[in-house]
Amino acid sequence: MDILQILYTIIPAALIAATPLIFTALGGLFSERAGVVNIGLEGLMVIGAFSGIVATLWFESMGLGYASPWLALLVAMIIGAVFSLFHAVASITLRADQVVSGVALNFLAVGLAVFMVREIFDRGQTDYISARIYRTDVPFLSDIPFIGPMLFSRVYATTYIAIILAVVVWYVVFKTPFGLRLRSVGEHPMAADTMGIKVNRMRYIAVMLSGAFGGVGGAVFAITTAGNFAGNTIVGQGFMALAALIFGKWHPFGALGAALFFGLAQALSLTAQQIPALAQVPQVYLLIAPYVLTILALAGFVGKANPPNAIGKPYEKGSR
Amino acid sequence: MKKKFSFLLTTVLAAGTILAACGSGDDEANEGQGADGGAEGGGFSAKMVTDEGGVDDKSFNQSAWEGLQAFEGDFDDIEIEYLQSNSASDYAPNLNRLARDGSDITFAIGFLMEDDIREIANQHQDNNFAIVDTVVTDGDDNLIDNIANITFAEHQGSFLVGVVAGLQTETDQVGFIGGVESALISKFETGFKAGVLAVNPDAQISVQYAQSFNDASLGQGIADSMYGSGIDIIYHAAGGVGNGVFTEATDRARNGENVWVIGVDRDQHEEGEYDGGNVTLTSMVKRVDEAVYQVSEQTMNGDYPGGQILEFGLEDNGVGIAETQDNVSDEALQAVEEYKQMILDGEIDVPQNDEEFEEYQSNL
Repeated sequence: MDILQILYTIIPAALIAATPLIFTALGGLFSERAGVVNIGLEGLMVIGAFSGIVATLWFESMGLGYASPWLALLVAMIIGAVFSLFHAVASITLRADQVVSGVALNFLAVGLAVFMVREIFDRGQTDYISARIYRTDVPFLSDIPFIGPMLFSRVYATTYIAIILAVVVWYVVFKTPFGLRLRSVGEHPMAADTMGIKVNRMRYIAVMLSGAFGGVGGAVFAITTAGNFAGNTIVGQGFMALAALIFGKWHPFGALGAALFFGLAQALSLTAQQIPALAQVPQVYLLIAPYVLTILALAGFVGKANPPNAIGKPYEKGSR
Repeated sequence: MKKKFSFLLTTVLAAGTILAACGSGDDEANEGQGADGGAEGGGFSAKMVTDEGGVDDKSFNQSAWEGLQAFEGDFDDIEIEYLQSNSASDYAPNLNRLARDGSDITFAIGFLMEDDIREIANQHQDNNFAIVDTVVTDGDDNLIDNIANITFAEHQGSFLVGVVAGLQTETDQVGFIGGVESALISKFETGFKAGVLAVNPDAQISVQYAQSFNDASLGQGIADSMYGSGIDIIYHAAGGVGNGVFTEATDRARNGENVWVIGVDRDQHEEGEYDGGNVTLTSMVKRVDEAVYQVSEQTMNGDYPGGQILEFGLEDNGVGIAETQDNVSDEALQAVEEYKQMILDGEIDVPQNDEEFEEYQSNL
């Protein structure tokens, strides 16, 4: 393969691998910016993947054809938001430890999803969906030389949605009154409360948004890549998304960049065998490269990562 | 009030985590009493413990249970039963329960139960055990007298699908995607390579390991780069990673590309279906049902193969190519039969590891 061909393989692969991470990391951003640690992203992805696949199968059987996966993404979004209420109630209303509640969410998600799969399908995994979201060429744009084949050929529409969403999230969080309130309850909830902002309500909204986004992230992975759902469909992607969020310093564009970086590192390690210069490198180094680079990056190269001030602290009215 | 609610919520969360474990409470102990059939069984009982996949996993566990059911149907007065394991912590208690309740042979389905069966077999020296897909040894690398080790000649089955790939590739480039690198997966790899080269000495074979059995996105990425570089047939031995290979192949096939996947362990026809056809060329199947049936029968006849390593290969119908053969050409099917015969006759010794493969290659 020559250099161009390699780029034409790696860049789309990186975009595809990054897509679920972008959705989920943006979800985590809402929750954490409002001061609620969300380690439950993994669990939200699991529930999203499960409901995305089941809904697709269901819509398929109703004869909706290629609209099915898109409708299923909406279903996954709603179910993700509802499911995240467990985390919200426990950590906001009941002031439970947010990390513990998030971990519980992860366990609950896998247990519940596998249980439901067994009830519905009588076996450990779902059927395969046949109406999928397929890779497509973007009309006109894919004809542009160089950039076309790299960025606009054989891509999933969901990837563009994810990138556009990052811009939308940035606008909402940094340019709207809602975003200002969201950030204020994460930085200094008491000050926000004094100004008449309902802290707990803001946090509820934020956690539910993270559930909605996480649900979509999981569903996107299941629908585009896996094709069915089993207990091992989502293994660690939620934690990668959390890492992307922190790596990206709790900023939408940072998270987007970090997710793309993870995607690129994975694509590179998978394609390395076809690249003459890298073909001689033992595969294990390439496989661990993304993780090593992440640790290095977190350990100093990107500077200090400053979390929202009040993160992890339940808000108690009147406390100092 | 709040405390009460908090307690309730905790309970709900805790209950949720064990929900999965209750998935099949109703059929957990599923007994069947021998009804009809020919030969005399004489109150023989054969029982099994599933791994986490459950008895209806369309794979090993289901196949093993089908083997036991066939065994029950063929002989009189046979008792069969399975216990479902919903997590790894169920293995030991389930094995223990079958041994205690009395079972003439107890099967552990899957190499995951290796440690548990070692322990339980040691506690129940009088009981007969068997494990599928691995070899259990004690601390000094000796085989254990009351465990029969059922393995498969995956290299032979892989050789046959390699023959199909070698004959049906149009670009003379084929690929192999492995899960985690190990001696077991190496058998798939070398057998496949040998099969391809036997019929198509000019073929180029790319081999890549995902170092995972779960992450479908790895399979998709590797398949993407392989198909992109001109490979048209990929054989995967990578569990859940293979899902991504099928995704990529169906995607490309829909766009009119001529790409194929060869499935593994069971007939993966279903995975390859899309709205314009099917990308599953064929699959390398392991017949766990045959193995379980044969070991049960041997044990019933007083010939329990404890402390032995049994390898089920072509001659026992232990491995082979899948029943769905819509996409396999007549020429390839014929070649498969010829090579199968040659392997059975001992004319071809299919390599199982890299060293044997080099030797095989130099003899070509």
